[in-house]
Amino acid sequence: MPQTIIEKIWNQHVVDQQEGAPAILAIDLHLVHEVTSPQAFTGLRSRGLKVRRPDRTVATADHSIPTTPRNLPIADEMAAAQVKQLEANCAEFGVPLHGWESPNQGIVHVIGPELGLTQPGATIVCGDSHTATHGAFGALAFGIGTSEVEMVLATQCLLQRKPKTYLVRVDGTLRPGVSAKDIILALIARIGVGGGTGHVFEYAGSAIRALSMEERMTICNMSIEGGARAGLVAPDETTFAYLKGRPHAPQGADWDAAVARWRTLTSDEGATYDKEIVIDANTLEPMVTYGTNPGMGLPISGTIPDPANETDPAAARALTRALEYMDLRAGDSIIGRPVNTVFIGSCTNGRISDLRLAANVLKGQTVAKGVRVMVVPGSADVKRQAEREGLDTIFRDAGADWREAGCSMCIAMNGDQLAPGEYAISTSNRNFEGRQGKGGRTFLASPLTAAATALTGVIADPRTLPGMSR
Amino acid sequence: MAAPKVGTFTTGLVPLPAENVDTDQIVPARYLKVIDKAGLADALFHDWRFEADGTKKNPPFVIDEPRYAGHGILVAGDNFGTGSSREHAPWALGAFGIKAILATSFADIFKSNALKNGILPIVLPAPLHATLMQIAKEDLAATVTINLAAATMTTPDGATHAFPIDLFSQKMLLDGLDELDYIRTQGEKILAHETAHPGTINTLQPNTPR
Ligand code: SF4
Repeated sequence: MPQTIIEKIWNQHVVDQQEGAPAILAIDLHLVHEVTSPQAFTGLRSRGLKVRRPDRTVATADHSIPTTPRNLPIADEMAAAQVKQLEANCAEFGVPLHGWESPNQGIVHVIGPELGLTQPGATIVCGDSHTATHGAFGALAFGIGTSEVEMVLATQCLLQRKPKTYLVRVDGTLRPGVSAKDIILALIARIGVGGGTGHVFEYAGSAIRALSMEERMTICNMSIEGGARAGLVAPDETTFAYLKGRPHAPQGADWDAAVARWRTLTSDEGATYDKEIVIDANTLEPMVTYGTNPGMGLPISGTIPDPANETDPAAARALTRALEYMDLRAGDSIIGRPVNTVFIGSCTNGRISDLRLAANVLKGQTVAKGVRVMVVPGSADVKRQAEREGLDTIFRDAGADWREAGCSMCIAMNGDQLAPGEYAISTSNRNFEGRQGKGGRTFLASPLTAAATALTGVIADPRTLPGMSR
Repeated sequence: MAAPKVGTFTTGLVPLPAENVDTDQIVPARYLKVIDKAGLADALFHDWRFEADGTKKNPPFVIDEPRYAGHGILVAGDNFGTGSSREHAPWALGAFGIKAILATSFADIFKSNALKNGILPIVLPAPLHATLMQIAKEDLAATVTINLAAATMTTPDGATHAFPIDLFSQKMLLDGLDELDYIRTQGEKILAHETAHPGTINTLQPNTPR
């Protein structure tokens, strides 16, 4: 029977399947960070267990660390204690750690691919819902809770039920000014934040094939925002070219053998999916969210929807509440809404290609008066590369703040945050109430839209930038 | 660590008629800097419950209303627990005294996390859910009995409704069994699978030094 890539990877990893029980699924790579792991290590200790496969486990500190210069101590005592705990746990259990001062530190979903640890066909987990990012390489990658982190540390396995499959086919060509972020925001706006619950997305189609690895990561990253725990793209030459020569990628004869194996990871002709959707890339516009979940997004030329037009009372209630929180008026256009802060970074859009796009817009320009623009590289490696290319100078000269790597204002655990009532346009993935600081209000958008907005201080259409004619 | 054990319980309802309640609302990120599971009851729905100065909102958020004190079943809107995978969400709900959540659907990771902590995420058909939401709002003395062994729920009108729960989770919770212990019983199969699938990932050793 023809199989999807999702089923192929699943079947290769089932260790045991008892009738009526979930499968025991083997995990190839376990990523660990400071926020969702301490209680799991405590659990191991109290059971007297070891980490079964330190060679399949890797840790970094990203969520709670400051993005101020690394020669300063961590001022927040709780964050400092959490980072210290991670260091102690990794030392005790033999887990390799790219700690907060390491040259390989970074957001867990940025460094996995960078180091070549994220490989096609692998099962990858992390106590973090954006683990789906790694699906860009044709891996089955998903977020887990801390109890599951403990299980994987102890056994390198998880109990899982076979997910349903959901084909997201994106055909056509993106117009200038429209990017990968807009594809995923458009998908979520269409299916809603619960649309993919119980499913794994496979992103396919000519528009997906044309994307770089970094763009594919942007899309897979936000699978969870559409309700799917995982989302993936079948590997191809773009994948292999990205991986080749990375520190932890196989090399020599091992590389050739691995590529031969990876080439079999495509969905078979005639394979069927539990759900399917088709998106026409030709007609997509830059997308911006106006509400308090990532499904509340609209094409940038659109107007803020009116709860009165909602037929479903629950949806009308949710929209009313969201507009109240955002202090936005139905019928207003989203272009021209003022912002206080522009945040460029996160595991969605904090990689080098994202920074290049933003720098290209800001080059030789000045950010709007009174607007705080924060650029936070996704990893120490991204930061070094950006500095080699002079992007840091472009950002600083334009009046933006150039920071150290971390999650920063995506989750606002580390002091980088909005004040109550402030608006941000953000390249991150969540616009939940208070996500970027208590009382803060978030518009999600692409790096291009965020950079265009930085110049004007109000939400701006990147297609009006020079060189992006419609 | 003892796994949670769940049997039969009877308790009151708390209405939370909001859709897509995300785990950032259930426990805001700044409370994730803890390294243990203790003390999360106050973090639960923190920004919906407390003013900036830390005092309770007036009027209070629904879970703080005295008339709902001690009620252990949350009747929530669709897609409860969306967003972040933080297990702090069920830890905080449990610490506050929530034993079950009734909704028309749940986000996948939240559902899995809740079950591991002995909190039942119960999916109800829309009409029954609407009825119970109404009862939660209007009839403060109403109680619901949840019988996990029978996978049934007895509503205030005396009617008994079956609810879906997979047999595996049901058995684990009834017997207080631990998933990690269960996986460890299959050590030989795990070893055999590892031997048959050596793979190419090694976090300890780079293959191509930079
Ligand atoms: S950047 Fe944001 S979404 Fe990504 S891992 Fe960090 S906190 Fe999570």
